[in-house]
Amino acid sequence: MTTAAPDDRSTVAARGQPTDTPASTTGAVVELDHVTKRYGPPGTPPAVNELSLTIPAGEICVLVGPSGCGKTTTMKMINRLVEPTSGRLTIDGRDVMQLSPVDLRRQIGYVIQQVGLFPHMTVGDNTGVVPRLLRWPEARIRERVEELLDLVGLEAAAYRDRYPSELSGGERQRVGVARALAADPPVMLMDEPFGAVDPIRRDRLQNEFLRLQSRVRKTIVFVTHDVDEAIKMADRIAILQRGGILAQYDTPDAILSHPANEFVERFVGADRGLKRLSLARVRDLELIRPVLVRAGTDRTDARRELQASAIGFALLVDDGGRPLGWIRDTDVDEQGPIDPEQATPGASLIEPETTLRDALSTMLASSVQLGAVVDQNERVVGLISVDQISEVLQSGNLPGSTDATG
Amino acid sequence: MPPGEPLLRPDWVVNNLDVIGERLAEHLGMTATAVGVGFVISFVLALLIRRRRALHATVVGAAGILYAIPSLALFAFLIPFSGISFVTAEIALVSYTLLILVRNILLGLDSVPSDVLEAADGMGYTSRQRLWRVELPIALPIIVAGLRIATVTTIGLVTVTSLIGQGGLGYLIVVAGINAFFPTAIYVGALLSVALAVAADALLLAVQRRLTPWSAARGETS
Amino acid sequence: MTLIEELGAWLADPAHWTGPDGLLTRLLEHIALSGACLAMAVAIALPIGLWIGHTGRGAAAVIRAANIGQALPTLGVIGIILPLTANIEPYGFDLIPSIVALVALAIPPIVTNTYAGLRQVDPEAIEAGRGMGMRELQLLGLVEVPLALPSVLAGLRISAVQVVATATLAAVLGAGGLGRLIIDGIAQQDDAQLFIGALLVAILAIATELSFAGLQRLAISPGVRGRRAVRESAADA
Repeated sequence: MTTAAPDDRSTVAARGQPTDTPASTTGAVVELDHVTKRYGPPGTPPAVNELSLTIPAGEICVLVGPSGCGKTTTMKMINRLVEPTSGRLTIDGRDVMQLSPVDLRRQIGYVIQQVGLFPHMTVGDNTGVVPRLLRWPEARIRERVEELLDLVGLEAAAYRDRYPSELSGGERQRVGVARALAADPPVMLMDEPFGAVDPIRRDRLQNEFLRLQSRVRKTIVFVTHDVDEAIKMADRIAILQRGGILAQYDTPDAILSHPANEFVERFVGADRGLKRLSLARVRDLELIRPVLVRAGTDRTDARRELQASAIGFALLVDDGGRPLGWIRDTDVDEQGPIDPEQATPGASLIEPETTLRDALSTMLASSVQLGAVVDQNERVVGLISVDQISEVLQSGNLPGSTDATG
Repeated sequence: MPPGEPLLRPDWVVNNLDVIGERLAEHLGMTATAVGVGFVISFVLALLIRRRRALHATVVGAAGILYAIPSLALFAFLIPFSGISFVTAEIALVSYTLLILVRNILLGLDSVPSDVLEAADGMGYTSRQRLWRVELPIALPIIVAGLRIATVTTIGLVTVTSLIGQGGLGYLIVVAGINAFFPTAIYVGALLSVALAVAADALLLAVQRRLTPWSAARGETS
Repeated sequence: MTLIEELGAWLADPAHWTGPDGLLTRLLEHIALSGACLAMAVAIALPIGLWIGHTGRGAAAVIRAANIGQALPTLGVIGIILPLTANIEPYGFDLIPSIVALVALAIPPIVTNTYAGLRQVDPEAIEAGRGMGMRELQLLGLVEVPLALPSVLAGLRISAVQVVATATLAAVLGAGGLGRLIIDGIAQQDDAQLFIGALLVAILAIATELSFAGLQRLAISPGVRGRRAVRESAADA
């Protein structure tokens, strides 16, 4: 694999900047100071042991580790669903033990794997739960619900009056996120929020959530047991080992390039180099300009363009600019209009937020080792190639590395 | 039965509509009282059991024994204390509702998924808010199912209270009918009590559907 | 006289024990009536339950009928039958209406529970049985019924307790059984007789409940029992 292990902190970059305009941080600093949780009497082994972490405002901190490492316990101590045995937890400097658990929880968003939508409430009512608990005026709640549903990509008019049982798993999860954001809490806790959806939808939800976070900039504590998810989502990863001991707390890139000990090394896996590809996104690459053809385009024109671009394939698109398949340069030798039947169907569709790693595996799985990068409307914006990514692997330098997290 | 007596004399029915109506109203009143009081007691018991699970075996065991005692025997036990009276009838009728209602209220509350409870806690519901706004609405279909069984059972048992001088429609069956060898009264009483049971069951189901539109929504998609 | 003294006096009279109207006679009458009605109900309900459970044919209609049957007030059924049989000798007036009502009362729980028990049988077990070449009747006898037994017995238990409890009402038409003591007690304002009758019926009903519970425990295959225990503890966790 890659031999380059860059020491240079400037290239030890976290994820690239999102394309949306970043909002100013509305999150709060969360600090754990020698926090211990013991479920049994004193002397029994603790579930979380003397854990100290500082989570900067507006960042996603992923707690990851094997089962029994205390990651969920740690998260639940922040909103006091679990009471710490000793130590101090603060949010923006305020000790959480000084607030009543109920008041504290209304200021912290909470998303769990099974979502826990209330089956007897409509999507709108579910989303408005916390504002209602906080006694916002009804008009403001209605407005907020609309805004939130739009924010998570569910059209308010169509979804507001539906019941959770009428939603798909992905839609439920989105409502769960909207509900957690309702009272604009500075901190969100997410317990394996995408664990119950299938891999394809999970990837989509993760991307959507990152896009959302770039707008809302909350402080997020995110629990998962999946290293790949941790690498993808995190600004910082806290790796916990059995007994609630912190093994390493750093940026994903630092953890992948410099695991602190053997446990971390084993936990992140032997394919660390490949995993680092998860830290860069397709939008960080320089996209290749595609040769777009439609059914009926004259082959001579296509041939001329293909010769100029040297990628060997033209991309057949429909009237909306959505990709249909690849046309090999040898297939446009003759005269006449392009016949869609000639296309190799199934171009790999890649979103700008897709990680290089996912893009690589998508492209390797298809017969043409190119990927069509599409926008939200599935319109082609450019191409990437397997070669581009293997260059990144060889050089060890991740593209687009302006270290956002410092 | 007197030979030649027809099974149903329409003229008697027409001439005695007021008596029949009175007995029907009495039947309804006794049923509503028993189920209403039984529900309040059961609700309190169920909440106590939720707070202290140790009470579960005791309360359900005691309610189970009450339920197993034949109705006529239970009336008989009470007569030396509360006489041949409305109170005796109601004490017995209420006792029979307890097992079904306590069990169904608990089943309903236990049917609330744990993720829903966790989400409610995580969002900052107080425990009382959680009970009234989350748990009870979700438990409603199972609670109403219990109410339906209790109501139908009680409607049947009210006829038996005619043996201790009460009885609603049971009065028509036993006193005006069997004791007087008069089939018409028997049929009017019996058919009306069956119709009442079926109607009460349908009404409660309709009310429950009305109150829980989300369970209908589930039915449509799955 | 206090109730206790009345009871003492009543029980002290040997005629109240062994006479032709004594409580031993009443107890035996009660058991005989209940047992006969339960046996008739089983003979009718079990084949129906097994048939709809095994084939699934007609199940919805039968179960709906059973649910309505459970809503019928027993006194109402007795009343409806009485005018039809009153002139049949010798039992048309005092016994047949009660027997019909008690059998009708006992049928629905047996049918619905037998059906539910058969439906709960793991389809893989049935498939395996079929795969091994069992005929339909063998399948029913060797696989389905043993696995459904807990549910079948639960239905039998509900029916038995209800029949024992409701057989008291047979006395309304002048038949024997322990209800006689209660009805006569009310009519004669004899609290002691009333109380003894009630006590015996209650004990008999609870004894029926407990003995069927015991039977249920004995008759269930240890494999099925073990599986249930595991399932319950998993549900607790």
